[in-house]
Formats: sequence, C-alpha cells, structure tokens
Amino acid sequence: MADPTVTSHHGIAPRSEPGATVQLTIDGVGVTAPAGQFLIAAAEDAGVFVPRFCYHPRMKPVGMCRMCLVEVSGPRGATLQPACYVPVAEGMEVVTTSEKVRKAQDGVLEFLLVNHPLDCPVCDKGGECPLQDQTLAYGPGESRFVEEKRHWAKPISLSELVLLDRERCIQCGRCVRFAAEIAGEAQIDFLSRGDAVEVNVFEDHAFSSYFSGNTVQICPVGALTAAPYRFTARPWDLDQVESTCTTCAFGCRVAVQSSANRVTRLLGIDTDPVNQSWLCDKGRFAYEAVNSGDRLTEPLLRRSRDGDLEPATWAEALAEVARRLSAVRDAQGPDAIGVIGGARLSNEDAYAWTKLAKGVLGTDNVDAQLGDGLPAELVLGLPRATVDEACRASCVVTLSGDLREELPVLFLRLRGAADAGQTRLVELCHRSGPLSALTAASVVVRPGELAGAVEALVAGPGAAPATLDAGALGAARAALSAAGEGGEGVVVVLGRPSLAEHETVVANAALALAAALPGARFLPALRRGNVMGALEMGMAPGLLPGRVRLEDGGEALAAAWGAVPAARGRDTAGMLRALAAGEMRALVLVGADVLGDFPDRRLAADALGAAELVVAVDTFLSSSSAHADVVLPAAGPHERSGSTTNVESRVTRLGQKLVAPGQSWPDWMVASELAARLGGDLGATSVGELWDEAERLAPSLAGCTRAVLDSDAGRDGVVVPLRRAGVGLPSLRPSRRIDPIATPGIEAVERQGAPPRAGLAERVGGDEAPGAPAGRTAAPPPASVGLPTGFAGPEVAPASPGSLRLVTARRLYDDGALVEASESLTALAGPAVALLHPDELRRAGVAEGGRLRLRSGRGELLVDAVADPGVPPGVVQVPFNLDGGDGSGASALVDAGAAVTDVTVEAP
Amino acid sequence: MSPHLSEETRARAVELLGLYPHPRSALIPICHLAQEQDGWLTPEAMAEIAELVGLSPAEVLGTASFYDMLHTEPVGRYLVSVCTNIACMLRGAYELLGHAEEHLGVRSGGTTADGVFTLEEAECLADCGRAPVCQVNHRFFGDLTESSFDSLVDDLRSGRLDDVVPPHGTLVRVRRRGGLRVDDETVAVERARTAKAMAERAAQSGGAS
Ligand code: SF4
Ligand code: SF4
Ligand code: FES
Ligand code: FES
Repeated sequence: MADPTVTSHHGIAPRSEPGATVQLTIDGVGVTAPAGQFLIAAAEDAGVFVPRFCYHPRMKPVGMCRMCLVEVSGPRGATLQPACYVPVAEGMEVVTTSEKVRKAQDGVLEFLLVNHPLDCPVCDKGGECPLQDQTLAYGPGESRFVEEKRHWAKPISLSELVLLDRERCIQCGRCVRFAAEIAGEAQIDFLSRGDAVEVNVFEDHAFSSYFSGNTVQICPVGALTAAPYRFTARPWDLDQVESTCTTCAFGCRVAVQSSANRVTRLLGIDTDPVNQSWLCDKGRFAYEAVNSGDRLTEPLLRRSRDGDLEPATWAEALAEVARRLSAVRDAQGPDAIGVIGGARLSNEDAYAWTKLAKGVLGTDNVDAQLGDGLPAELVLGLPRATVDEACRASCVVTLSGDLREELPVLFLRLRGAADAGQTRLVELCHRSGPLSALTAASVVVRPGELAGAVEALVAGPGAAPATLDAGALGAARAALSAAGEGGEGVVVVLGRPSLAEHETVVANAALALAAALPGARFLPALRRGNVMGALEMGMAPGLLPGRVRLEDGGEALAAAWGAVPAARGRDTAGMLRALAAGEMRALVLVGADVLGDFPDRRLAADALGAAELVVAVDTFLSSSSAHADVVLPAAGPHERSGSTTNVESRVTRLGQKLVAPGQSWPDWMVASELAARLGGDLGATSVGELWDEAERLAPSLAGCTRAVLDSDAGRDGVVVPLRRAGVGLPSLRPSRRIDPIATPGIEAVERQGAPPRAGLAERVGGDEAPGAPAGRTAAPPPASVGLPTGFAGPEVAPASPGSLRLVTARRLYDDGALVEASESLTALAGPAVALLHPDELRRAGVAEGGRLRLRSGRGELLVDAVADPGVPPGVVQVPFNLDGGDGSGASALVDAGAAVTDVTVEAP
Repeated sequence: MSPHLSEETRARAVELLGLYPHPRSALIPICHLAQEQDGWLTPEAMAEIAELVGLSPAEVLGTASFYDMLHTEPVGRYLVSVCTNIACMLRGAYELLGHAEEHLGVRSGGTTADGVFTLEEAECLADCGRAPVCQVNHRFFGDLTESSFDSLVDDLRSGRLDDVVPPHGTLVRVRRRGGLRVDDETVAVERARTAKAMAERAAQSGGAS
C-alpha cells in the first residue's frame, strides 16, 4: 500500500502538488522550498545544516532521535520541533541556532551518551562517527552521569558479514528501517523496551539479507560493523576514488577506499538514477577477491602439450600466442579463431579487444556472452528504457530470473517503486520470488510455454495455455491495458528466466511483446559486469562498435581499422560446437570461465579438450583457464581506469585505486601488444585515446566525449546514445551536496582531503586536453541495429512422459571465481538443492531432504531434494553454478542445443 | 513442518484476523492466544504467528518482547506479580517482595527449580485499595502479609485454588462462547466491508485535498 509520507531523495512527501513551492524563513533568511519538503532538507538546500542521527535522505523520517530539534513558529509561539519530521509551510519561521535549540541539542546528546560506552579508541567508527562529531559540535563538554552504564556482550554476529555492538547503539532505527522499508525483509528489529532495548535477530536466524552491508554503511555510530572491514583501517589512513561496481551489470556507483594498495572497503554513493546509495553485499564485499593471494600475477605457459603451466615472461608468452594464432590463421583462416568473454573488461578494453579480433585477426567469432544472455541484436535493437523510466512506468513486466539474485540493486529500485505505488509489476517467471508479493500479477510459466504465455498476455484469454493461472493472467492483462494504448507506459525488464531454456525462446517472446506493444520499452536484465559495454563495443557476432551491424557499417569501419571480417561469425555456443567438431582451432578466453558459466558444461569441456590452442586472459586461474596453453594475468576491478556501461547503457567512469598485482596488465594493453605482434596496430597508447576513437567511430557513443564524462554533468554517468544532440545529458548542476551523516564513511575520508572524483582526463593521459573529438568525417550510420523478425532456434518438443522440465537460474552467491576468492562470501554460497512440487517428490519416491538423481541426455546430477509448492508440477528447479555435493552442478544437465532440457528424477 | 499452534488456536487466530482491517493488527491478540496454549510465546509459535499476520519473526519478537504481559521465556505454572508501585510500596511491598524471594528461593524475574512459580515485580496493578497486592496469573490477591503470602503459595501448590487461578496465559477464564466464533464467510464479508469503507474514506479525503 502506498504510504503518503514516502520520501523522495530530497525529502519530499509526494502528496504535494508537483512544482508547488512555499516561502519560509530559516534563521531569518527567506527561503523558497518545494511544498511537502521536510524542514531538515529545506534547511540543507539553503545551506543550513541541522544535526541529525535517525534521518536518512533515502528513508521515511521517523523523528526518533530528537537531534534535529529546531524552533518553529506557530500559533502558540515558537516551539521545538523535529526538523526531519515537519514539512515546510507557508510563512514558517524557523530558528536553528537559538539558545533554546542549543540547549535541546546539548540535552539530547547528553542522554544519548548516558549509555554509550565511549570506547572510541577501539571503535571502527572513530574518526568518521557522527556521534563523535556532533557531540563535539553541539554536545555537552562533560557528562553528569556517574552511574553504571548498561552492558552487553561485545560484539555479536548478526551474520557472517555483520557484527553488532549493542552498547554503542543509539536506537536511531536506521538499520531496522532499512531492513523493513528498503530491503523488504525485516530480519532485524528492536527487541525489548526502555534501557533494555536492543537491535537483534529472531532466535538463531541470521541477518541473511543480500543488502545487510547497507546497515553498516548508514549506522551513525560504531554499533554495526562489517566483519571484513573490522579493525583493518582508520578513516584518516584511507584514500578513496569514485568508481562503479562491475560485479553485476547494474553498475552501482561506489567509493572505493584503500590503504597500502589494498581495498579496505566499498561504500555506496548516492547516485540518483542508479543505486541511490545502496549496494548489495556481493558488490560490497567481493573486493576481497581483488586483494586475494590467489590472483594471477605472472604469465603462464604450457611449454609442451602435456606439460604444466609454468611461469613465463610477457615477451615469451605474447610471442607464443602470436605465433600460434598466426599459424592457425594462416592454415585455416581467421574463422578458425574465436574470442569468448568481454564482460569483465572496461569499455576501452572491450573496444581494444574488438578491434584486435575483428580488425586485426579478422575473425567475427566474438561473443561477450557465455550462452547465458540474449542475442545482441535483440538487446541493442529493442527500444530502451532507463532504470528511472522503469521505476516511473505505469506497468513493469519482468521477464527474467529472480532479480534479487541477478541484479540486486535493480531489485531494490523496482521493489521501492512498486511499494510506493509508482508502478504496477507484472511478473512472468518460473517460480514466484521476492517481488511476487508486490506484483499486480505473478504469472508462473513452465519452461517451453513462454511463447503461449506471452501470446495470451497480449492477445486475449482465448489463447491461454491450460497450465496458466487464468486469474493471474487476467490481472496481468488488466495492468497492461491500464498502462496505455499499445504498450505506452509499459517497460519490460528482459533477462533469462532459465539457462535451461534456449535464448531464442526468450528472444522470440520478447519480439512478440515488442510487436504487440509497440509503445513498450525494454530494460535488459543481463547480469554480467560490463556486458552492455562489451556489446556496445561490438563484442558479439555480426556487430561492430556502436550498435552497427557488420553488413551496414563494415565499410565505414574498414576504412578506419583497415579491415573487418568478411562474414558474420559464431556466438559462444556456435564457437564451442565448432571447436568440439574440429571446425575451429583456437580459442581466446577473455575473462571467461566457460566451464563454470556456459550452461552446457559438457559442450564447453569438449570444446576446450578439442581446441588446438586456448589462451586465457584472466585474473584468476579458473577451471577454464587452467586448461589454457597460455594464461595472461589481467588487471582487475579498481586496478584500472576507463569506463563501464550498465544495463541501461549508462556510461560511468571507473576509478583506479590500486596497482595491479605482480605483472598483471590491463586488458587493452594485452590486446594492443598482441596486435603489434600479429602485424597490426591498435593505434592507441592510452585508455583515453581508446575512448576517443570509440566515441568517434561508434555511432551510439557519439557526443559522449571524455570531457562530457569528466564534467560535473557526467558525474552520475551518461546514458548512450545521447537522445538528441545535447539532450540526454543531465542538466549541469553544482557539485552534489552529500549529507555528511547519510554515509559517514565517504564524507569522513573526503574531509581528509581525498575527494572521490576521478576523471578519465586526470587519471589517464592527463597530458592531453580532453577537447572536442577531432577527425569526425562523415556522419556515422544510425545507432540502431534494427530488430530481426525472428530468431531461428530449436523447437520446443513435447515433454516425454515421466520427465520433468529443468529450470536453472543464477544465485547471487555461487561457485564463481569472485565468491570463491572472497573469504567472507564463500560460506554464504549454499549447496545446490533441487526444488520440486511436493507431488513430484512423492512420485519420485524421494523423501523431503533426501538425495535425488537427475538425469538428462547430457549427464546427471545428485542433489538434495526440497518440496516447494511454488514450483509447478512437471518442473524441477536447480540453481546454476552451484555444487550439488558431488562436484557438479546444473550445467551437467543442460543441453545447449535444445529449446528446453528435460530430466528424469529418481532416488539414487 | 507441522504447525506448532493447535488446530483450535489456529482457528481462533484466523477468526481474530478477520476482525481487523490489517492482518498485523491482530498480532497482539494472537500472541495472547498462543500464550494461552503454552504459557509463554515459544519461538515456534512466534514464527507461526509471523506467517499468519504477514510480518517477519523478528518483528513478532520485537513486539512481544516490548510488552510485559507477553513472555518470550518459559514461565512457571504460576506467575506471581508483586506490585511495588507507590501505594503498595508504602504498605510494605518491598518487604513483601523480599519475603517472597526468600520463601520461593528465587530472585524477582526467576522461576523456581520445580517450574511451578515465576516471581516478578510489577507496576501498579490498579487494586491500590487492597495494597500490598499481587497477581497470580492475572488474578488478584490483596491485603497481603508475609503469612498470608505463604498460605497463598501453599494453596496454589496443593491445588486448592485451581478453580480460581487458571493456568498461566489464560486471560479470559470463562471464554465467552460465540463472541469469537465467527465462521469464515462472515470474516470474509466483514473484511470486504472494511476494505470498501476504507476505500471510500480514502477517495473522499483524496477528493477533498
Ligand atoms: S545499530 Fe546503528 S543504525 Fe541500528 S539503531 Fe543502533 S545506532 Fe541506529
Ligand atoms: S547490484 Fe550489482 S552493481 Fe550494485 S553493488 Fe550489487 S553487484 Fe555491484
Ligand atoms: S528526530 Fe530528526 S533526525 Fe532524528
Ligand atoms: S500501587 Fe500497587 S496496585 Fe496500585
């Protein structure tokens, strides 16, 4: 239910008429403020800081701590009122500095300190603590309290990640409000009453929310601390840079803080169009992988066919790669070489690798997606929506996996929009999930029936497959048609609901939606780091940088690059098949673990086994790179500058904070050096130059210059393509004001003299002035790939009797390299279990919790079975890339060549 | 997982849910129901209540632990609450409490080893005219002296007061028959009516502003 007092970023209750303003005075100065704005925000906008603890600009105010008391005029004279809870009103006279206010502040702080342990010297918050700072500025110099303070065990673990010292808690309620209001899972709450009150979990339940780290970020004292950060640093020893999280493709803006060339923590930056200050725990804590001792630090080379990988010099390794790639190219042609991966790269890296593969090597076998995404033409060709547009759309259709698992902060944004009544959600899914309770309709679709479901959704009740819930379908149709004619006001969040269902099934369903709802726009829910940047840069078969099809833009680019591939190449599945069949010989894995991430493990293994040459450019020795003949160590997150692109194609800057370990190189440099040894020349000697060239050649990036990205206007990033010249750029506005108490950790380090800004121009190629790009000749082709009419793929065969349809989807904590190398997260990756309808479990003769053997045409898997009435009969759901206990996961079962994978289940 | 609350308790809980516009409003009455079943709110009961009212278990515990009359720890068969507020204090409540602690062999807040008595200190029980006062399972005993307290304990132990003092958790000794016996259909009708009324009110206030 929509609450009328929901606050927006600027502390405005949306009840008030948009655009209406009121006049008031604050400390005698006339101020115009938006109607409905809370006093504390109006004062801040007017440059008057009112001290506070419980108020957070991204949450509803509660007026709990009383730190923000100010004098407000009223019919009975001036009274003390909480500025965070009182909206501005016409003619209001507000005084924030009177003796009365000062006394109130003094009193509130004295009370807060009554039970505060004052153990600042051993407290993580020391040096960035709003309680310290505000006591110094507004509080009593001395305490009159001589009695015994209350005592609690120090600290207790609320989860693997979050610790709580209840003695330090000032009961501001920020953490419990975040859990209930923003994350929607009230796993923590205030227990007891009076001086016994404490924040805690229920019994032995863990605070297992994927968003728990945010409570640490916003706790205004040292009560909540993060296990990985605890006792590792003092804020005054930290340095920081503003960057973007590339753990998933949502692209949350972060302040990366480091000390002695190690990341010490990540804090979410309040970026209005993206993460609004929140992060997920994986994004927040996966920096441990960056610091990990398991990182690759030197090139490795297999000097004989059956030999081990041995350390080598870059010169030796690069020469070997160049020699063997040339040999394959000379013997079989460029088409025998493929490049898989690219989502780990920055935009500039991706541009360099595309240019190397397509321009120098001459192969179009390039794919940034590992068979777990959607066809690039679809992603780039559909009319696009931004995240903000989705959150304001009348109706949002999610056709994706569980967004909390795949793009956690996008989940938060959509959840918030639905909870505030801004948008109605319609879910097309294989099993209801954490958004379902907030949806207008949750339509559970079985694998293989998506086409029918979409048809029924847009065409009418007659078309509905019998297995669909008619009620849910009706509600979904109602929400769609209420949004507007022909899909106006509809945004489709489009991902892959299951990796056991062929991508063309989803792609064709999306085309059907787009055709029936011409007004609808799409937000791709692809989850891999910078997958969107890689696609923009042309890391997909048949594409060139800037959303240009090979057949449309080949000539223009050939002029700039010297050459482009003659014909469209293969996608990842095609490459793996060709390698396995001996039609291709060499594979370059650019940060791609095909064994772990490609849905069909057997195909990936066959391909790696058959390849004559496998080169891996990676940060870790993954299961796939361990098969490589040459392994080249690459720079990881926070070790490179450049830019990245998120799901809405927002280009943001990456800040470099660390020097990459050992001899690791940024990926573009690897590409550049390889090009030189392959008789080519990438023609760029810095990240900045690469961007300049990409901006000049890629139509979708036109106008998004370094100068724009580095300007104040580009601080939150820029969505490409710029919608019209000049439009689409955020309006120029003064440097963002950061509420110092909202995220104390960022403010404190900034005060130390480490401003978080990082610009491409300052960090890289600082000697060149970022000016207007020179040398643009002819108008580039339009930035649109155009939509195909259909995607040819396998047909859905009827399920054989007695078999179940497999659904497999990503979990946030999986067995991927990132989680495995992040100590604190590893324990959170649970073992895989199979979810089945209780009837199916009974039919298989397996007890709840018992072992279950799943068998498909590709392989088999042993997992524990859990009965789940939310899974429809005829379906079995197994998480992807998570060990079921016998060393393999769902990818042992998936048949990449089939529309859907059917499995039989039995007791082992 | 089989439900912890008895079928009867669950049925009454569902009836209670029907009496409120929001399910969560029934939280405290349902907590009392569960306490009537077990004498205290077991974790299993709280988890089940959470599901019934659409809150998280932590929120149920948060509410339950706020109120003195809801117990989140096991309570003896008899909960003896000795008032120490002003009237009773002036009439020797602290001495009485001290005596009770000695006699029962537990400190205030504790439960006797045999699990029969839990002793606690209470604020004004609204029976000041008979100070000092105590309650046993919410039934009043006034004008207490040390010896009358001892015989009260004897009577409770021997079962002589079984008619007067119900098991701990029971708020309404003779439950009104029928008052809460509402069938599902009536509950649904009532729900719909409330929802409609709310919608109308919302529409009115929306139109007026
Ligand atoms: S733990 Fe921190 S955020 Fe939570 S209530 Fe206490 S002081 Fe506030
Ligand atoms: S949602 Fe994605 S981008 Fe944001 S913090 Fe999590 S992993 Fe990083
Ligand atoms: S009461 Fe206003 S900030 Fe806490
Ligand atoms: S003071 Fe004891 S009952 Fe009122």
